[in-house]
Amino acid sequence: MNERVAIVGVGWSGFRPRTPEVSYKELIYEAAVRAYANAGVDPRADVESFVTVAEDFIEGTSIFDEYTPDQLGAALKPVHTITGDGLHGLATAYMLIRSGYCDVVAVEGHSKASNILTHPNIVAYAQDPVLNRPLRLNTHFVAGMEMHRYLFETDTTQEQCALVAVKNRRNALKNPLASYAADLTLEDVLNGAPLAWPLGVRETAEHSDGAVVMVLASEKKAELLAEKPVWIRGIGWCNGSPSLESREWGSVPYLQQAAQMAYQQAGIRNPWNEIDFAEIDDTYAYKELQAMESLGLCDAGQAGALVEEGATEMDGELPVNSSGGSLGVGYMLEATGLMRALEAVLQLRGEAGQHQIEDAGIGLVQSWRGVPTTSGAVAVLSN
Amino acid sequence: MTARIKNFPGVSLSEKDFEEGKILFVHDELKADYAWDTGIGIGAYLAGLKRGVILGVRCGHCRKIVVPPRTVCEWCFHPMDEYVPVKDTGMVNTFSLCYVTWDVKRITEPEIPAVIALDGASALSETSVIMGGIMHKLGEVEPKQVKIGTRVQAVWKPESEREGAITDILYFKPI
Repeated sequence: MNERVAIVGVGWSGFRPRTPEVSYKELIYEAAVRAYANAGVDPRADVESFVTVAEDFIEGTSIFDEYTPDQLGAALKPVHTITGDGLHGLATAYMLIRSGYCDVVAVEGHSKASNILTHPNIVAYAQDPVLNRPLRLNTHFVAGMEMHRYLFETDTTQEQCALVAVKNRRNALKNPLASYAADLTLEDVLNGAPLAWPLGVRETAEHSDGAVVMVLASEKKAELLAEKPVWIRGIGWCNGSPSLESREWGSVPYLQQAAQMAYQQAGIRNPWNEIDFAEIDDTYAYKELQAMESLGLCDAGQAGALVEEGATEMDGELPVNSSGGSLGVGYMLEATGLMRALEAVLQLRGEAGQHQIEDAGIGLVQSWRGVPTTSGAVAVLSN
Repeated sequence: MTARIKNFPGVSLSEKDFEEGKILFVHDELKADYAWDTGIGIGAYLAGLKRGVILGVRCGHCRKIVVPPRTVCEWCFHPMDEYVPVKDTGMVNTFSLCYVTWDVKRITEPEIPAVIALDGASALSETSVIMGGIMHKLGEVEPKQVKIGTRVQAVWKPESEREGAITDILYFKPI
């Protein structure tokens, strides 16, 4: 058994709306080289196991795990691919080390969203084929309905949701990796085209291409490899009811459960006071508010007011999505959770440059797999 | 039926039951279109094929010449950017005789998929039978005549018809 597990190296590539000059393998390779150099490891000699996250329909290749080893230096090594978010991959790598089975594990997630020509169709294939798909609705409708019920139950306003988009895209101005940085007013966001009312287009994250690779190590290896290890203090995940007919629409209990799992491991009792910053789901602007409440950062219906007061701004009491989030950086499919974890690692190392938060000691990371899923994964990281 | 049971109880289903809507089911089909960026390594390979050249790439660290070319050596993880033409002749590493087509039709004259170890590309190691090469089909040959080790050469499409695709080579034929 290894008691503690650290992230000892991070690497990334792309983070742009399109990356026509490289194949997905080359995109992943660039991120992997950076991560291994950052950790000071040779993947052929030092990394014992590799975890990747990908979804066959997204990749356009059945049994996609066959397509991951070479560009990671993982040929003839233990490799497996999870059809989950990057944080699920991080949790798997954590368990491989925590169990004592490995000391050094690499995790990879990527997005080549620009190569998917019929993405709305692919997402629609996540709808139930017998009960929901025959209605032929663009899958964003699930977000529109969830947002509507969330506003109805909590008295949160459309303006408060739109402020999340203003904040995150403005934060992205200071993040050189972000693709969708913009200085927008509340009116700019509200005046955007409707997507699935009450949800607007400008409250919906756009896709980015990119790859993120991380190297994790046991405490004894981390001490040798990293000057500034970032510890995984807790990690949890949970899925809710898949049924659109019978799920909770106004709240996301699966996220509360995932957070409890992570908090219990990390010994977090009062998240608002103990956590210094959060990188959480903002695939749609309202999701950030809903996530703040489900993660126990505030009570139900309180997140909107906190955003209005500026409490979640870069210089606020608890900065949320200092990276710019998915709204500012871009939505990166399965790599989304790792994109958020990357920001947390940079913050905790003090390497976040212009968007560095002062005295960042404990970071909260959370991810969601997008409509129509009810999946939540949460990690607590510290320096 | 079995020795003891002449007729199983119940009513068996027929195609007609489905057609008449007695058996309920939902049909849907996938609309999944992709345009894969070929990137640096495979992009160079396809551009080479268009010119009638098979490109490999040389690993400066472990000195293999790898076909198809890629930007990282799978074996030693060093970057590779030294593109070299290899010959369009080689040797059958392995092959199969396929009597069922891509879209599942039975055929009497088999298709012959083969991996061809190209002249100029390296063996993985002295003890390995896996070699850098090209995955293609064989043609102009009696299926029964093909052997592992048969010498073959590429038959190219006319230059004006090549489009930078693996199908710019029609097939390999014995020499």
